[in-house]
Amino acid sequence: MLTLDRAVRDAIVAHARRDHPDEACGIVAGPIGSDRAERLVEMTNAARSMTQYEFEPAEQLRVYREMDDRDEEAVVVYHSHTATEAYPSRTDVRYASQPGAHYVLVSTREPAETEFRSYRIVDGVVTEEEVRVCESVGGEA
Amino acid sequence: MAIEVRIPTILRNYTGGEKQVEANGTSLASLIDDLDAKHPGIKGRLVTDDGSLHRFVNVYVNDEDVRFTGALDTGLSDGDEVTILPAVAGG
Repeated sequence: MLTLDRAVRDAIVAHARRDHPDEACGIVAGPIGSDRAERLVEMTNAARSMTQYEFEPAEQLRVYREMDDRDEEAVVVYHSHTATEAYPSRTDVRYASQPGAHYVLVSTREPAETEFRSYRIVDGVVTEEEVRVCESVGGEA
Repeated sequence: MAIEVRIPTILRNYTGGEKQVEANGTSLASLIDDLDAKHPGIKGRLVTDDGSLHRFVNVYVNDEDVRFTGALDTGLSDGDEVTILPAVAGG
């Protein structure tokens, strides 16, 4: 199950809508081992494509170094599909090399409604999981 | 000659869980061979059968993506830091 702040979920959806019809991509960082997706980092889609995405390597290095400095990890790795369903494609599965992450897929194929789904992808196997949206996730008094 | 190599989570099963290891080499290719000698199997995750860098990984020497510095022919000096990250992509 993926538990997410409403604000983070809405920000992912807004990013996907803003970049439509290109695919949007990014991560949500959180403290290592916490499974708390707290800090959204929109990433540039270096492919700038309606059907593909890739993190720009130099930007990825900066972002991943920063996470390392902050003892964080990528809790969520997200991207959008702009004409197909919010389900991992074969390419998505082949590239999925962060088995501890929740892979969030957003679809902006319908103007009025955004599909928002989450998956685990481990050793090439896709398992959908429930998404639970909260008003606030831990860390607050 | 000692070069720090930062290992992404997915490859830490080769390094006994270590996120940073030391290796030697004057080029990225020889460094990877040395890494593989110390942590058997890791080379197969970094280099394809035809001898080029795998597209599923990004390798950096200090801050530079090695795709711009000669890929596996990238020269290395004592004190350099090599970082390996999984390429994040899809469609």
